Amino acid sequence: MATQSNSAHQEGPAAGRRDFLYVAAGAVGAVGVAGIAWPLINTLNPDASVLALASIEFDISNIAEGESVTIKWRGLPVFIRHRTAAEIEAAKAVPMGDLKDPETDEQRTKPGYEQWLIMIANCTHLGCIPVGEAGEFGGWFCPCHGSDYDTAGRIRKGPAPTNLVLPPYEFVTDTLVQIG
Amino acid sequence: MAHESSYVPGNAVEKWVDERLPIVRFAKEHLVDFPTPKNLNYWWTFGGILAFMLVVQIVTGIILAMHYTPHVAMAFDSVEHIRRDVNGGRIIQAVHAVGASMFFFAVYIHMFRGLYFGSYKAPREILWILGVLLFVLMVTTAFMGYVLPWGQMSFWAATVITNIVAAIPVVGDPILQLLRGGFAVDNATLNRFFSLHYLLPFVIAAVVGLHVWALHIPGNNNPVGVDVKSTRDTVPFHPYYTMKDLFAIVVFCIPFAWFVFFAPDLLGHADNYIMANSQVTPAHIVPEWYFLPFYAILRAIDFNILFIDSKLGGVIFFAGSLLVLFFVPWLDTSKVRSGSFRPVFKWFYWLFIVNFVMLAYLGASAADGNVLGIPVADFSKICTVYYFAYFIVILPLLGRFEVPRPLPPSISESVLKHDAAHAAQATH
Repeated sequence: MATQSNSAHQEGPAAGRRDFLYVAAGAVGAVGVAGIAWPLINTLNPDASVLALASIEFDISNIAEGESVTIKWRGLPVFIRHRTAAEIEAAKAVPMGDLKDPETDEQRTKPGYEQWLIMIANCTHLGCIPVGEAGEFGGWFCPCHGSDYDTAGRIRKGPAPTNLVLPPYEFVTDTLVQIG
Repeated sequence: MAHESSYVPGNAVEKWVDERLPIVRFAKEHLVDFPTPKNLNYWWTFGGILAFMLVVQIVTGIILAMHYTPHVAMAFDSVEHIRRDVNGGRIIQAVHAVGASMFFFAVYIHMFRGLYFGSYKAPREILWILGVLLFVLMVTTAFMGYVLPWGQMSFWAATVITNIVAAIPVVGDPILQLLRGGFAVDNATLNRFFSLHYLLPFVIAAVVGLHVWALHIPGNNNPVGVDVKSTRDTVPFHPYYTMKDLFAIVVFCIPFAWFVFFAPDLLGHADNYIMANSQVTPAHIVPEWYFLPFYAILRAIDFNILFIDSKLGGVIFFAGSLLVLFFVPWLDTSKVRSGSFRPVFKWFYWLFIVNFVMLAYLGASAADGNVLGIPVADFSKICTVYYFAYFIVILPLLGRFEVPRPLPPSISESVLKHDAAHAAQATH
């Protein structure tokens, strides 16, 4: 029987070489399986048509002070808020010690454009869209699990771990912003 | 359970088949003659009910897939098309949607029965573990199915639940994009969920096969929890339990049919009749009722635990609430299976049930509201603590300190004593 002759071989002087062949064949097989699995899994990653929408431009001249709009960038909602002077003051007055994810108001905006707050509109907890001008801190309140954000979009209360995420953006002109 | 096969091929053809593929012999041993404890009560019929529900969901699901379109622009309308235009589609769709709820109702009863009567204890650990695995597969399948109608609740459930993986440090975000096929839940997500929603029920069917196999090695547990000792303790599965299960299925179908015919949307949410909109989250999002207890646990962790932030913490507790079930056979240190003979266990068990229902209620409440005058956030924390304490603290300690009541010497004697007690009551 084949199994008998195998075990006989293993006890003989060639056992080391046979073990090596087993391990080598197994390793090559595993690499082969992984090599086939990865392209199959990779098809599930964002495709070219999704990645093509990675950068957009938006004209902000029509957003009056105290108003905000929600636009779409890479399928994600983005808040653009034209903050009032009172909101900026309130955000600047917060001591760093009160913040769960400490960031100054300056770090949340671009220099010279501190009235503009541009953030990805998904709550950093589980991705719901918070409601604007609501909650205890006058910023955003997420209805799903009760996260409260202040007027700089910083997390103040509730299960969300971090401040609302800032997308990469630049002011092309004073009224044109490029996101992505 | 080792027993001699009673199958005798009746003629030359049956003999010819039996020598090549003994499938008739197998069916007779496992579906007809299988020796089953004679004292099984109606809580034991839910296994049969679950098998029936799996068939209902697969059959209605295959038909629905013939009329459904998995595309973000057409999915919502195609479900309405099924409900309004397809012949009998109104009923088929309702059976499938209500069926998910009935399926979960049955699985919760089945699991709570196992927890009360100690059905997870040796030698049935693998049987229990396969059962927990089936529950996890059911949860996954139901979640993906709920996304398919592409209403507001579908979309936001998909967003919130896929976001859970983003809590994993370092690899969370790449995995999230891999899962969604984009930066947000979109057409790619809908398509893959449809594909997986079609696949997973067959995986469930395969694991059910293993579950029944694992059941048929030691045989059924029973309400007194003592082992089968002789043939006096058992009856053949058919006709005794085939008929009992069938009767239970018929009774189970009464509320099922009531929902299907009179209130097909009662268990759903009105918001899901608004087409998915990635720019607006509904004011109050809640999962389907059968996920509420676990949702409440996820939401209860709104504080950082050392270096673990609240989001990851919530996910760890959420996953932990399911994972802990895998370890129950080793966490419960009591040698007595049936809760009927454990005077202290009973109290903690029923408190666990009340606590579980309470978690469901809290999961459905607004995050910033109050229940019984206590803020939802605090109440959820208390209930979450009890959920875990039951498994991790109470079950291990009870086995050491509780004095169980004496067990009957055998199943048959417990049944006879029970009957005698009833007869005595009747004569007085």
